[in-house]
Amino acid sequence: MAAPFEHSDDSVVVIIGTGAGGGVLANELAQKGVSVVALEAGGRYLPEDYVNDEWESFGQLAWTDPRTTSGDWRVAHDFSGLPAWIVKAVGGTSTHWAGASLRFQPHEWKARTTYGALDGANLLDWPIDEAEMAPWYDKAEEKLRVTRTGGRAGLPGSNNYKVFEAGARNLGYKEVHTGRMAINSEWTDDRMPCQQTGFCFQGCKWGAKWSSAYTDIPRGEATGNLEVRANAHVARILHDDAGKVTGVEYFDQNGDMQMQKARIVAVAGNSIESPRLLLNSASSMFPDGLANSSGQVGRNYLRHLTGSVYGIFDKPVHMYRGTTMAGIMQDEARHDPSRGFVGGFELETLSLGLPFMAAFLDPGAWGREFTSALDSYENMAGMWIVGEDMPQERNRVTLSDTEDGFGLKVADVAYTDHANDAAMRDYAYDVGARMYDSLGATRTLPTPPYPSTHNLGTNRMSERPEDGVVDRNGRAHDVPNLFVSDGSQFTTGAAENPTLTIVALAIRQADHIAREMSAGSL
Amino acid sequence: MAKERGALRGLTRRQLLSGASAMGAFVVGSGYVTGARADWATEMRALKPESFATLVQMARDIYPHDRIPDENYVVAVKDYDTQDKAEMAEAGIEALNTRAREQTGDDYARIGWESDRVAVLRSMEDEAFFQTVRGGLVTGLYNQKEVWPIFGYEGESYSKGGYIDRGFDDIAWIG
Ligand SMILES: Cc1cc2nc3c(=O)[nH]c(=O)nc-3n(C[C@H](O)[C@H](O)[C@H](O)COP(=O)(O)OP(=O)(O)OC[C@H]3O[C@@H](n4cnc5c(N)ncnc54)[C@H](O)[C@@H]3O)c2cc1C
Ligand code: SF4
Repeated sequence: MAAPFEHSDDSVVVIIGTGAGGGVLANELAQKGVSVVALEAGGRYLPEDYVNDEWESFGQLAWTDPRTTSGDWRVAHDFSGLPAWIVKAVGGTSTHWAGASLRFQPHEWKARTTYGALDGANLLDWPIDEAEMAPWYDKAEEKLRVTRTGGRAGLPGSNNYKVFEAGARNLGYKEVHTGRMAINSEWTDDRMPCQQTGFCFQGCKWGAKWSSAYTDIPRGEATGNLEVRANAHVARILHDDAGKVTGVEYFDQNGDMQMQKARIVAVAGNSIESPRLLLNSASSMFPDGLANSSGQVGRNYLRHLTGSVYGIFDKPVHMYRGTTMAGIMQDEARHDPSRGFVGGFELETLSLGLPFMAAFLDPGAWGREFTSALDSYENMAGMWIVGEDMPQERNRVTLSDTEDGFGLKVADVAYTDHANDAAMRDYAYDVGARMYDSLGATRTLPTPPYPSTHNLGTNRMSERPEDGVVDRNGRAHDVPNLFVSDGSQFTTGAAENPTLTIVALAIRQADHIAREMSAGSL
Repeated sequence: MAKERGALRGLTRRQLLSGASAMGAFVVGSGYVTGARADWATEMRALKPESFATLVQMARDIYPHDRIPDENYVVAVKDYDTQDKAEMAEAGIEALNTRAREQTGDDYARIGWESDRVAVLRSMEDEAFFQTVRGGLVTGLYNQKEVWPIFGYEGESYSKGGYIDRGFDDIAWIG
């Protein structure tokens, strides 16, 4: 049967969320002839709707429903209602993302084996590895048209990149280039090359950057097998007495409760909303939340350790011109405990516009120490630290006492740095500052982490059911026809930006689901 | 607001700081705050004129940018001049003045040196009023497109074709 589908149609796969994970899974399944209903809490916005204005774009696309925070992290103090920067729209956070697309390093699939046991860290090896993922990464890089893979040229270097590169070379770093980016450096069938507008975080108005909003989703819809319902907020996943899921309850665009039946449900609401939904779906059969017999739903919340370094020079940089994040130094991404921490980090170019710089440079700061830095905005260069943070049981998403507009309990996000995270961040701050100092920076600013953009790990993949929530295919250990299809599957975070891996896992999962469906085992 | 913005030329601060022209110099009739040279004026709806002038000074002391004219600070705090916010603002400013008098013997806006005013603000920076004003300024001041050129930020670029032909890689001092 072709889309649209009946609410009572129990042959469909229901996907919750249409971001990097859900949007790709929806298209991949549709291409294979599987009927899919994708429910997305946000509205539909396309390149012509995006705005080159930081706060206005934030208001248009970001998830601003209530959330709460706890733990020691500074975000809980400075942005107590905004633990994460995530999009609520068809296409999810793939509208906001910068496009940095990196594969994990082989050892990062085996963090527990490689790093050993660390006090306070809940490290675990992924049940899959480099060899198994390699062909799926190939497909993901083709889908996203990642530069510097598949024979595609790199992007040209912007002003911000040129400063970054010169500083890295001064310190003797070798692996420095304009990144592996899901941003076209040349025309492809459906996407034009980057015009260096510099608003990658606000949605690419040229469509040069990959987003599921204007690639995978319309392609899936074109098959007739995919129906996307926007402004459809899933409240609860339903199950039968046998413990299999049977459908979902959601609020439609009018705020009316609807029920959609399903043969399979795939949760892809991002690492904060996905565990929230499983916890909100508790029942007498699953009193601690759906798929939570391990008690691991919501735990091991990862966000990459992050931090930024801005350098001020005596001459102009104009860092905001051009791509936001096309620049990387990878020499420090290796695992080398002699630096005083396990795991590694990437340094990537980063620029914020003046309004966001004012909000995020040193939240809460005021007076001339702060404003004199902003006065030099034109002469500033910027970089971002993306390092592997340690999974910890206490870092977790739980249900808060606060309720959203639908009367559903919202997510509380707790995070406290592990000592390894703090040691790595300090080391990275120092590297970044020295890069800029080597070029004569008059001032460097080690900037604290922003609200989380990389949200991972809260429904982690594990070999054994007692260690995690889903198996090697993202299928819930406890519920045979329930899948998790977003970044919350991550067993560990690795040093790389996560989305290429989320996409590779979604393509692989679609293959698995379609195969199991035709074999009659799902 | 746009109309007011154009009319708001001149500096409340300057008059507030010059001992000769005490705050009264600003208050024209009952409901206006104006520069001494009468080159700008803003009509007060709910706040006392001298309270508003103090608030503008406080805003500048929190986020001092010597190249940003007072009119942008006025715009950033004009929201407090409304029925629902004025009471809170008046109470906050009264507390600010009380603290200022304890520390210096003068009302806040009459303290001559920024560093002395900042010391007063530091002593109340954890209080709700200060945090409300400071937090509001982060967007109230820096999200005014009018101030962006002062910082060398060019804003929207799509309609101009991006920076691909407008200097995305024009840095001259890097080899
Ligand atoms: C500014 C920024 C820059 C970034 N840059 C990069 C980068 O350069 N490289 C990189 O790898 N990553 C980057 N990221 C991270 C990247 O965007 C995310 O990792 C990725 O999009 C996560 O995919 P996801 O499928 O887990 O969730 P999302 O893409 O967030 O999608 C989740 C979707 O589910 C929907 N949803 C949630 N709950 C419900 C519900 N109950 N019912 C219905 N729908 C629901 C949400 O509205 C959302 O649309 C960036 C993120 C940000 C914010
Ligand atoms: S810089 Fe390039 S990728 Fe980024 S928004 Fe502009 S055109 Fe798109």
